[in-house]
Amino acid sequence: MQTIDLSKVGLRETNKMLQAQSAETNQTSWEIVNPRGSHAIACGLNAPIEVTIKGSTGYYCAGMNQQATVNIHGSAGPGTGENIMSGKIVIEGDASQYLGATGQGGLIVVKGNASSRCGISMKGVNIVVQGSIGHMSAFMGQSGNLVVCGDAGDALGDSCYEARFFVRGKVKSLGADCIKKDMREEHITFLRGLLDEAGIDADPSEFTRYGSARKLYNFHVDNAGAY
Amino acid sequence: MNNNDPKGIPQTTPRMSATFTRDVNSDIRRAAATGIYDIRGGGAKRKLPSFDDLLFMGASISRYPLEGYREKCETSVTIGGLHAENPIELDIPITIAGMSFGALSGPAKEALGRGASAAGTSTTTGDGGMTPEERTHSTKLVYQYLPSRYGMNPNDLRKADAIEIVVGQGAKPGGGGMLLGQKISDRVAAMRNLPKGIDQRSACRHPDWTGPDDLEIKILELREITGWKVPIYVKVAGARPYYDTTLAVKAGADAVVLDGMQGGTAATQDVFIEHVGQPTLAIVRPAVQALQDLGMHRKVQLILSGGIRSGADVAKAMALGADAVAIGTAALIALGDNDPKWEAEYNALGTTAGAYDDWHEGKDPAGITTQDPELMARFDPVEGGRRLRNYLKVMTLEAQTIARACGKNHLHNLEPEDLVALTMEAAAMAQVPLAGTNWYPGKPGTTY
Repeated sequence: MQTIDLSKVGLRETNKMLQAQSAETNQTSWEIVNPRGSHAIACGLNAPIEVTIKGSTGYYCAGMNQQATVNIHGSAGPGTGENIMSGKIVIEGDASQYLGATGQGGLIVVKGNASSRCGISMKGVNIVVQGSIGHMSAFMGQSGNLVVCGDAGDALGDSCYEARFFVRGKVKSLGADCIKKDMREEHITFLRGLLDEAGIDADPSEFTRYGSARKLYNFHVDNAGAY
Repeated sequence: MNNNDPKGIPQTTPRMSATFTRDVNSDIRRAAATGIYDIRGGGAKRKLPSFDDLLFMGASISRYPLEGYREKCETSVTIGGLHAENPIELDIPITIAGMSFGALSGPAKEALGRGASAAGTSTTTGDGGMTPEERTHSTKLVYQYLPSRYGMNPNDLRKADAIEIVVGQGAKPGGGGMLLGQKISDRVAAMRNLPKGIDQRSACRHPDWTGPDDLEIKILELREITGWKVPIYVKVAGARPYYDTTLAVKAGADAVVLDGMQGGTAATQDVFIEHVGQPTLAIVRPAVQALQDLGMHRKVQLILSGGIRSGADVAKAMALGADAVAIGTAALIALGDNDPKWEAEYNALGTTAGAYDDWHEGKDPAGITTQDPELMARFDPVEGGRRLRNYLKVMTLEAQTIARACGKNHLHNLEPEDLVALTMEAAAMAQVPLAGTNWYPGKPGTTY
């Protein structure tokens, strides 16, 4: 275990050390102490290492992550895991807005709640939130899955493409072109696997599936008011 | 009104309304027939105050010129030296603006890379990610970081020679993108992670930041991911150039790209292109003033775009304080877009060479703004690259000719004092005297 005191080492040197790890590194376990809400901690990683941050983080923690597992033992600021490509991010506390924005792969798990615009413009990432999520989540979501064990705020999945949403609780409102869909056996099986991967104990059959009605895929003047 | 009076009273000529012109009437009929606004490519087509309204005075008794064929006039520019470990060094101050793969064909992107590289300058990706064609053929490639983040990934980000965070575009300040289904081929769909054939909409705001304070943190993240190696540009539309430039610099930009309303787009509502934004001529001085007020002029570079066509435009932009310019539409014309040799096909599309602007429909006879394999095959990227190189060389020679005539041994040494304006509007916007006077609007006159 390598321990970095961020308050002493500084952001640049910390990220440099983590980004320098290769696929063959022996130093696979890292701990960062005293994050104090700093921005851009552990962003741009690209190695199968595990980084545990002891405390809360600012904007863009683990941004554009590839391969690495990043655990945040606190709450996470805006844009955490933005454009994640692969690997895993686990947030023990709450997540601020834009969680996993434009994420293209990998998994993000939030043990608490996630704020507005969770999964905005998601492009393949899987996000599992144990609590609830805020408004305009998964806006323009292109692909990937957003799983919410609690409730979803206003305008879930507005203008979404092929991203899928599974919500156990209430949805305050659905966004433009987002509709409730059948929860077939294949979806329950898929969701069970994703919940297991996220380490969250929930019954997949209690979830409702939402996704695109695909009515806004090609412009039609009679739908102009929906845009 | 017309009179067809049998008593022989003279008939008045048919008179078109200055308000309801033929163009306006055709717009109304088109809207009534379709129920949707008109979408097109290109920039503002209306007559605007422009660099054509400025003239250089040249040398005189008080200023002596440089000898055209013997004394050097430098053209190089360094962009991004403020924070980046590896600033971009360009031989000429004319760069290629961002245009997407998707809007343009792969071979057209390759040609832009070839031409720019041969001329010693950079090219720029667009709203569709980085293609191998343009990375391979561009010695200096600027990677655009856009609201859509199509094809965005850290591996390509690290391959870039600079990163350009796009906040706005001159053709549509405050507008997002659009790529109609005809152009969403398998390859374009895969790069953008979208279903094939849909009308793709791009967001107008970045998904994970809003405002200047967030932008500062976003720039920090991008620098951390790329090891503080490459410059970070911020591109803004010519909406509020003084404040946008100030805020971009405050957020930590190495360069500001400022795009006037003559700047092109692949596809935007005509009403947006023609009625939102400011002319390129009007936005330079406020941006330069912002840099000067911050003590950052020449430290943070200003790259001006939007209807730049010639070496004269380059020289005028630089005289007003820009460090470099970017060209988009002009580069496409150099590649062969709107060439009269395709006139019959332009006619078949209901238009004429020079007026063709339905770039979003993917039917470009020149094979440039299309994803149609047959049309694309018409375009030779090697020949296109050569044409672009030639054009860039000519623009550079033209700018040097003017600079030497003004006694300047570097294009950067051109200054507002070298210019006069032909119109009151241009005088006010460029803050240079109306020709024949020592005055421009807003400036009290002085005695000689």
